[in-house]
Parts: sequence; C-alpha cells; structure tokens
Amino acid sequence: MNWIAIGCIADIPPRGARCVATPQGKIAVFRTADDQIFAIDDHCPHKGGPLSQGIVHGAAVTCPLHNWVISLETGKALGADEGSVRTIPVRVEGERLFIALEALASKAA
Amino acid sequence: MSEKLVIIGNGMAPGRMLEHLLEAAPDRYSVTIFNAEPRVNYDRIMLSPVLSGEKAFEEIVIHGDGWYIKHGITLYKGHRIVAINRDAKTVTSDRGVTESYDRLVIATGSVPFIIPVPGKELPGVLTYRDLDDVNAMLLAAQSRAKAVVIGGGLLGLEAAAGLKEQGMDVTVLHVMPTLMERQLDPAAGYLLQKAVEARGIKVMTKANTKAIVGNGKVEGVELMDGTIIPATLVVMAVGIRPSTALAKDAGLEVNRGIVVDDRMRTSDPAVMALGECAEVGGHVYGLVAPLYEMARVAAAGLADGEDRRFVHSDTPTKLKVTGIDLYSLGDFADGEDREEIILRDASAGIYKRVVLQDNRIIGTVLFGETGDGAWFNDLKKKATDISEMRDTLIFGQAFQGGVSSDPLAAVAALADDAEICGCNGVCKGKITGAITGKGLTGLDDVRAHTKASASCGSCTGLVEQLLKLTLGEAYNPAAVQPMCGCTSLGHDDVRRLIKAKSLKTIPAVMQELEWKTSCGCAKCRPALNYYLVCDWPDQYADDYQSRFINERVHANIQKDGTYSVVPRMWGGVTSADELRAIADVVDKFEIPMVKVTGGQRIDMLGIRKEDLPAVWADLGKAGFVSGHAYAKGLRTVKTCVGTDWCRFGTQDSTGLGIRIEKFMWGSWTPAKVKMAVSGCPRNCAEATCKDVGVVCVDSGYEIHFAGAAGLDIKGTEVLGLVKTEDEALEVIVALVQMYREQARYLERIYKWAKRIGTAEIKKQILDDAEKRKVYYQRFVFSQKFAQVDPWSERVSGKDKHEFRPMASVGFAEAAE
Repeated sequence: MNWIAIGCIADIPPRGARCVATPQGKIAVFRTADDQIFAIDDHCPHKGGPLSQGIVHGAAVTCPLHNWVISLETGKALGADEGSVRTIPVRVEGERLFIALEALASKAA
Repeated sequence: MSEKLVIIGNGMAPGRMLEHLLEAAPDRYSVTIFNAEPRVNYDRIMLSPVLSGEKAFEEIVIHGDGWYIKHGITLYKGHRIVAINRDAKTVTSDRGVTESYDRLVIATGSVPFIIPVPGKELPGVLTYRDLDDVNAMLLAAQSRAKAVVIGGGLLGLEAAAGLKEQGMDVTVLHVMPTLMERQLDPAAGYLLQKAVEARGIKVMTKANTKAIVGNGKVEGVELMDGTIIPATLVVMAVGIRPSTALAKDAGLEVNRGIVVDDRMRTSDPAVMALGECAEVGGHVYGLVAPLYEMARVAAAGLADGEDRRFVHSDTPTKLKVTGIDLYSLGDFADGEDREEIILRDASAGIYKRVVLQDNRIIGTVLFGETGDGAWFNDLKKKATDISEMRDTLIFGQAFQGGVSSDPLAAVAALADDAEICGCNGVCKGKITGAITGKGLTGLDDVRAHTKASASCGSCTGLVEQLLKLTLGEAYNPAAVQPMCGCTSLGHDDVRRLIKAKSLKTIPAVMQELEWKTSCGCAKCRPALNYYLVCDWPDQYADDYQSRFINERVHANIQKDGTYSVVPRMWGGVTSADELRAIADVVDKFEIPMVKVTGGQRIDMLGIRKEDLPAVWADLGKAGFVSGHAYAKGLRTVKTCVGTDWCRFGTQDSTGLGIRIEKFMWGSWTPAKVKMAVSGCPRNCAEATCKDVGVVCVDSGYEIHFAGAAGLDIKGTEVLGLVKTEDEALEVIVALVQMYREQARYLERIYKWAKRIGTAEIKKQILDDAEKRKVYYQRFVFSQKFAQVDPWSERVSGKDKHEFRPMASVGFAEAAE
C-alpha cells in the first residue's frame, strides 16, 4: 500500500472536513467529534455535491446540496436513499495522517 | 334591565363560574368583578412551572383582557373589597369604589398560613400563593444563595423544586416524619424524599421551626433543637386557610370557611360563596376539581338552570415537579377491615398500593408510574367489585382481560364515563364526542372545547391518545412534533428548556435534554446553534461546525460547488465607485455571471471557493461588507426613492430603509428576514409581501409584518401606525427580537405570527411600551456581538483552513 502524507489531525476541525486535491478530483478527509478520521470522494452519489462542505454528525455527513446522509465508514447513503461513494483507506500515526492512493498513483503514472 | 352581579375575587373558581353562566344565561346579568390582585384570571396551578422557568406568565393566563371586554364585564384590578353592606346591597373597595348588587358572589380564596414564630415578618420571608410571590422568589433566586422552604407538602415541594431550578441551594423543612403525609403513605413518602434529594434538594423531616433569625433581613432558620440553617430566603408553605374575614364582618355564617349549602348559598339568599373560601358539608377544598364543580353549581343557581347540587368526592393529588410521578387518591390508612395490595420495584423506583374494603378500592398511592391512576380512580368511583381481577389488579388495566400492554389499547378499553381530566371533570366520552362532533384535530382544540388537559396538564398524554384513537392516521400532533430523530422534544420545549436550565453549549443541551445521538444531526445542530446564539449573545461561542455551509463560508453554495457573493447595498442604493469595484472584481476573477437580485443588489455567481477571500478583500477595499444573502438573518431592506425624488413620496423611505438596515444587519434570525420601505401607499418597494414592511403615509409610518412571496403568497398584516421614524425603528426592532426569541428554527415570520396570533404580537409590541423597550434593548445588546463583518474577518485570516485544500497529492510535479 502506498501511503501518502496529507497533514496532521489538527489541520481538520473536529466535526469538520478538509479537501485533498488529486488529479482525479477532490478527496474529502473528515474528523468526527471523537477524532476518528475518514476519507471519501468529495462527490455525493446523488448530484455530485461537495460532501466536504456538509455538516458532520456521528460517523456521517449530510450533503449540503440536497441533504443526503452519507456514512463515512462505508460510503453508502443512509436512510431511504440509495447510492455510494468510494472510501479511501486512512492511516493515523500519532498526529500524522496518511491516505492510500495506489489506484490514483497508478492511473496518474 | 339586567340584574347586577358583583363578584369579589377573580381566581379560577369565579372565572369558571362566569364561563358556565355566560353559556347558560348570557344576557341575564351585568357583571362587575373586584380583584385584589392587579391582573386578569390566570391558572394558579401552573405557578410552579412559572417558578421553575418552564412557562411564562402569558402562557398561564386563562382570561385575557379581551375576554372581559368581549363579554362586557367590568373588572376592577387591584381593588380589594373592604366592606359588604348587606342592607344596602353594596360593596366598597379600598380605592373607594362602591358598587350595588342584586346578587353577590364571594370568592376571596384563601390566605397562606404563617406559622407564628419570631422573625416571621422579616424581609425575605415569603409565602407561595400568587404571581407576586413567584416574582419575589425569582428575584431572590438571582442571588443563587440559600433558601429554606418550610413545609414538605405539595406546594412546598413544588416551590423547592422551582427554586432549585433557578439555581438556589434549597433545604425543605417538614415537621412530620415523611413528606406529603396527608396524601402519601410512609413508603411512598420515603421514595418521594429520595427523589427530591436526588435533585440536590436537602430534606429535613421532624424539623420543628422555632424562629426565623436575622438582623433586619432573613439570615437563617432556627429549629427547636437549636440547629440554625443559614438562608437568605424563607418560603412558608405550610398550608392555607380560607379567607373569611370579609364575610364574617358582613355577618354571614362562617365556620372554617364561609358556610354554604350544596347550592353554594350563604346564610344570605342574595349572597353566594365558592372556591377555597367556601365550606360545604363541613369540607373546605384546595384542589381545582371540586372548586370547578362549585363553579358549575353556582352558575346553575345564578342562571336558574338545572338543579345542580354539590357532592363531595375524593380528588386525586399529583405533584407538578418534572420527573417525579406520584398519584394519590382516597383513603389509604391501615384498618382492621381493610386489605392492601402492594407492588414494589426498587430498581425502577416504583411503588404502587391499592387499599381495598369489601373488594372495592377505597384508596390508591402510585409512585414512579402513575399511568393507571385514572383507571383505579374509575374503579373506586364506581365501587366496582374487583374480586375477579384481584390477582392482577395491581399490574394495572393493561393486564386485565387480555388487553395488551399497548397504552393506546389501555385508553381504548376505558369506559366512556371514565374520567380523563380530573381538574375539570371531563370524561372520555365527552372528549371523543367533541372530537368527532366538532371535527377537532388537535390538543389545543380539545382544550378549547372541553377544557380537558387545560388546567394542570397531567392528562395531556391521555387526551393525545384519545385523539389518536378517534382520528387514527388523521391525527398529526403538530404541537409535539420532535425537532428531529435525535430527540422527542419539539422546538418550543427545547427553546424553553435552554432558558430554564441555562444551557449554554450544544453538548450541554444534548446531555441535559437527553439527546438520543452522540452529536446530533444536520437538522438539530443548526437549530440549537441558533437558539444558543440568540439566547446567550455574550456568552455563547458560535459553533461553526453546526452551521450550514453557506453560513460557515459566508457565501451561497451553487449546484456545481462554486459560490455566489452578494455585497450589501444599503437600501438598494449604489454608486459609480461601487459599480466600478464590482466590475473590476468580475474581470479579475473571471466571474461567469453577474445578476441583479430581487432585493435590489448585485449577485456574482460561479466563484471558486479558494477565491472567496481574495474577492472579499477587493470588495472590502471599495467599502463593501457582506450582504448576508446566505444567512438565516437580515437580508435586504428594499426601498423606493421617497421624498427625495418621487413626486408622490410622503416620507424619506430610502433613508429609513438604510437606517433600518444599518441598525439590524448582522443579526441572526430563525429564518431569513426580508424587509422593505415604501414611500407612499403606491408601494413601489412591495412592502406588503415582506417579512416586515413599512408603508409611509402622510401621518407617519404604517408598520406591516408577516407577508410572504415565496412558497406561499400572503399579504402582510398591519401591526399599527406610528408617527416618527424613531418609533418605527423601535417597533420593528422589538418585533424582530420577539420573533428571534420565540420562533422555531427555519420558521418564517408569517408562520410564527399565525401560530402565536397577530393579536398577541400587537399586544406585546404595540400596546405594551414596557415590553417593547425590553425587546428592543435585548436586540441592541445582542447586536454588539453580531455586527462584525464576516468577510473582512476572513480576509484577515479567520477560518483560513476553509478556503484551502489540506494537501495536493498525486499530481505529476508533486510526485517528483
């Protein structure tokens, strides 16, 4: 697995998200109230809304465009909606955060 | 000519009597009321929630001023009757008003009993009887100091709980070994004491007060054993005695109370008495149910209607302390010929006891779980032989005859004549009959038509279940619609409890109000954040992570994830310099779309998030600030050109619009607020479909509100006409502040106004100058913390993480 450093926990506000720019679009990296870190594509399966801009609650985010609720753990839409978004493996080493970008790296190469 | 009916006292009993009388014989009497208290008839039972902060006085008013006017009743507020002349048939008040009567009703109520100990007259010794007492206690509670409540009965415990809620350190002194010994057996009294102590209230039983000590004011309470308990507030709640002095002086027969027969007639045929001052068949009463029955009897007598007689019946006792459930009824003393059935569940804190005589229930004590109270009461009233269900009786109604434990089924199983509302004596059949007969759809309807659940409210759950049973799916309990899936509380309850419990952070709200999720959801968090911003402007730190993205980045998100930016143009007025600056920004950042908005400003659409701070920096240099076009807050004040240019203009509408906007920008509101000022009734600024509008006329400023031109279309209501710009501003600001404090999150002004009632808003904002000033000042105070331009803050670096990616990875140059 090719782990890429993206910064540290303190860069992301609790119950918030930051984006990581990649050649294939943005990845949203979330920090929950209890400091769990998740990364998913910043693209709602509904109409492509930027999930990183949503309100983070529990291990889920509500899309700012049409209020779909997406699980940060599985990337799946919760409730009555159906759809899912890619999840990206995250590693936390102390304060430092890494995401696995093998697929991206190979495509970019 | 109608006969003259004079009533001394304006409590709940005579109020109810008048309702019945107006129904039975509306034109028979011309009615005059003398009220020693300087106010209208209110629900005295609900003083405890007012003390604890769960309700406001306005919410417990039974008859507002309008009611008296509508029925042509003369009400002398703050007039104490000092003499009755039975020969001349007149009464005289302490302010010198003399009124003659054909029929007189004495309803002087009761006075609190003051234990005759040294120091009882010291400042800081209060009783618990009326709103003045409550206000005095609330004032004393601000010190957060120590309070002693003497008396561990119903009133004393409610007072103690209220004072504790207000932040005082409270000790209850009770002379008997267990609390509420007249209503509870020792076992339930013990559980009650534990429940009271669990709320942080100290309880001392067998505590005999010797004196109240202090030099010039209360400093403590001394007990017989010499113990001194420090206190700055002492509340005496040891009982009441009927207020009979006036009747006695008038030569009427008086025993413990004013003696009346079972038709409420005193020894003088022209004089009746009812309420807590009356004594019927050797009993005096203090609970509302028998008093309301007296009201019914008295009204029937006055109307010469049905021959109604007062019959004694036991009334259940309930404690109105949130979170403590107890119910007691009838006689529960031990006896040779009596048997009892007891259920205890120590871990759940439940105790139930039913006392039987000849296989019939004669008394019940329930603690911790009181749902079956009505059922036991019904069995007792009907003297039902319970031998068949003896083994399961104590488990309650749900266990009888295979009925499921579904509470709805239990209510369905009640007989039509089973009493639902004890306070008002309303049975199930009357409620279901009214629901179907009158097409009622909600709790408020049922309260209005039947009075059920309209007094102490403890049967509200039962009434709601009846609505559900009768209406099925059609019943939508809008009043109790929870905020979201994270709580069962509605918006109004949450707002009330935030104030009552002084909750000042989102985690505190979630903890104290028992949120079901660990950190809420996208529905409740923005609402809570707003409520806290509104209620504690100087103390609450705005939680940006609980704001919708638009309010977090101070721009409007668009469908492609870009943003639009609308700078403020005060009153819709701009200049060449401003327009030039906008043109430069559009060029520099290649903004794809520029559009004029409906609110007289300019919208720049399609701005990348990363560019926002730079766009704002350039706009800021030209003097622009955020237009809050993204906010649940003040948006625009649209204006026409008014007297400066228009040949029809009557006032400076542009100037007023700018003044309002400069005064109110930056304030957060439950939903967006759009305003307009038109310079004449031609109304070119379209003020009559706005949240708040002003239509200038020759004689001043007509203030409008509660319009809508969106999902709904609705013309405004007229709040009133004021003469000067200053007054117009004060009224508008007070109105918006009232809305800020009361509305539910995302509720526009027109919806809030429909819920509260236009009349109520007029009353508070236009008629009550005092209240208007207070609202105004609270708005001004909160503006101190709100009027910060969010754009310039962010240009200076605030929240800069919002506008930059955390990292860029995987790009060719980054990989090298």
